[in-house]
Amino acid sequence: MKILVCISNLPDTTTKIKLNSDSKSVDLSGVQWVINPWDELALTRAMELKEKSGGKIEKITVITVGDKIAEPTLRKALAVGADNAVRIDAIASDDYYVAAQIAEYVKKESFDLVMAGIESSDYNGSAVGGMLAEFLEFPSISSVSSVELEGDNFVMKRAIDGGTETVTTSLPAVAIVQKGIAIDPRIPAMRGIMMARKKPLTVEAPADIQAVSEFVNFEMPQPKPPVKMVDAENVGELFRLLHEEAKVL
Amino acid sequence: MIDFEFSEEQIMIQQAARDYAQRELIKDVIERDEKAEFPTEHIKNLAELGFLGMLVDEKWDGGGMDTVSYVLAIEEISKIDASVSVIMSVNNSLVCYGLEKYGNDEQREKYLKPLARGEKIGAFLLSEPEAGSDATKQRTIAEDKGDYYLVNGTKNWITNGNSASTYIVIAHTHPEKGHRGINAFIVEKNSPGISIGPHEKKMGMRSSDTHSVMFTDVKVPKENRIGEDGFGFKFAMKTLEGGRIGIASQALGIASGAFERALQYSQERKAFGTEIFNHQSIAFKLSDMAVKIENARNLCVKAAWLKDQGKPYGTASAMAKQYAADIAMEVTTEAVQILGGYGYVSEYHVERLMREAKLTQIYEGTSEVQKIIISRSLLK
Repeated sequence: MKILVCISNLPDTTTKIKLNSDSKSVDLSGVQWVINPWDELALTRAMELKEKSGGKIEKITVITVGDKIAEPTLRKALAVGADNAVRIDAIASDDYYVAAQIAEYVKKESFDLVMAGIESSDYNGSAVGGMLAEFLEFPSISSVSSVELEGDNFVMKRAIDGGTETVTTSLPAVAIVQKGIAIDPRIPAMRGIMMARKKPLTVEAPADIQAVSEFVNFEMPQPKPPVKMVDAENVGELFRLLHEEAKVL
Repeated sequence: MIDFEFSEEQIMIQQAARDYAQRELIKDVIERDEKAEFPTEHIKNLAELGFLGMLVDEKWDGGGMDTVSYVLAIEEISKIDASVSVIMSVNNSLVCYGLEKYGNDEQREKYLKPLARGEKIGAFLLSEPEAGSDATKQRTIAEDKGDYYLVNGTKNWITNGNSASTYIVIAHTHPEKGHRGINAFIVEKNSPGISIGPHEKKMGMRSSDTHSVMFTDVKVPKENRIGEDGFGFKFAMKTLEGGRIGIASQALGIASGAFERALQYSQERKAFGTEIFNHQSIAFKLSDMAVKIENARNLCVKAAWLKDQGKPYGTASAMAKQYAADIAMEVTTEAVQILGGYGYVSEYHVERLMREAKLTQIYEGTSEVQKIIISRSLLK
């Protein structure tokens, strides 16, 4: 069996976001790039499944749509344990574009399970996984918090209101994964870092697809107003502030 | 050509070390310091990640990484926990390096491989109650008995003294020959006649286990001598040259860990109506700290680069160690000052980093010994 894990390359989650003067794009100078945390957990789970599958899962591929800047992130995924990496050589313009590009690649190869993080922590689009399944006409399971390999199929769990749902599906399928899928992302070991040098990272030309949306404007959130400290003795003042200023009482 | 960019791989190793430190070591570092508890689980995890033998060639089950990566990794670990980084430094740059560079293939096969895999830990036994900086005054004697050596003596302040399985012991075989009568031996800790003193109660790096080790008629096989007869002093000095890079990087990490905390605090804490960073007295302190750390990092990386290029690095590593250790003391002291009352309590980490910094000026060659090495190189 083969698993494909979709990877977004994005700024480290602690990056202080600055906008360019046109307010249509983000200033990416000096940014440290990382694997989208959700995708990193998906990859970690894929590795765990492969390791305990007794050879049944033979290959884990990671894929991203991005320019050369994304390659260190792909190589980190290889160091963590993916077997090969694919970069579609294009700027990830919007969710539609990314999903369509990945779909074109999946059509050429065969995968039993495609895993995608529930959202990317930069634009928080939460759309690529679902769109990808539609393009491929694969069943998709969303908000997956657990995947197990049982026999020849994957059994997935989803958190639903007040409980947990257990689902199986025909394969190939898309699993859109969220919190709980793996505990902590894997830290690459020296051996993995060394082996990553020798693993294939292929660059594919993009398919002829046009993005369907464009950014018009970004705005930074208003800075938070300063915290007001109220003396513990002065409960009346606290209630007054909650009532008159915060308007929550 | 000068290139100040780190390679993709070097950055990956730096991030791996940072991730482990910030995610795992941080959880119990204060508690381990208070209880002076050895970080058994962390050492096991770091061994699995390959950090304990990262400099050793793949052929001997090591990580095959360069010394620049090692500097970056030690810095990241030391930002959070210098007790862990000293275990890593001693194992990598004293024990593994010494065996890889100067041991023979049988010794490498038998002793280096498990050390490089991190399954076993090593210790380097040079210091004695009356021989520290003046390493020629060894009183530990290894008497040649034909097919074995008989070792008697006491070694002090041994990092990994109890947790190590493999010791490298420096001892006199021919005291009358001075430093030419010194040899280095691989000694297994469970050899009959070895007794281990109690865990030393220390000012800092309290969760690394420091012990004295006593040798009473300990038989060491002839084949466990490292190098030619009389090679021990040179062995110790050459090995310590590399060890200094590890400790310099540790001091660098202690300084940058304290700096990061002070910088963050200065942007959160308010006094006189504004964040204290906006007061010049604090901003200038942080500026001075940043320059010192940058200098220390450049010295560490330069020494590591020279070593990786196969060029002489003894003076460079002495400069790195002396400077990084001295500024670690200065930077951590200032960090405590910036955090004020918070800085003085354990919860905020910087007081511990200040205690840890002090040791970097003392062990593996005091700052004064480094100055001897540096000043002597000036006349060559």
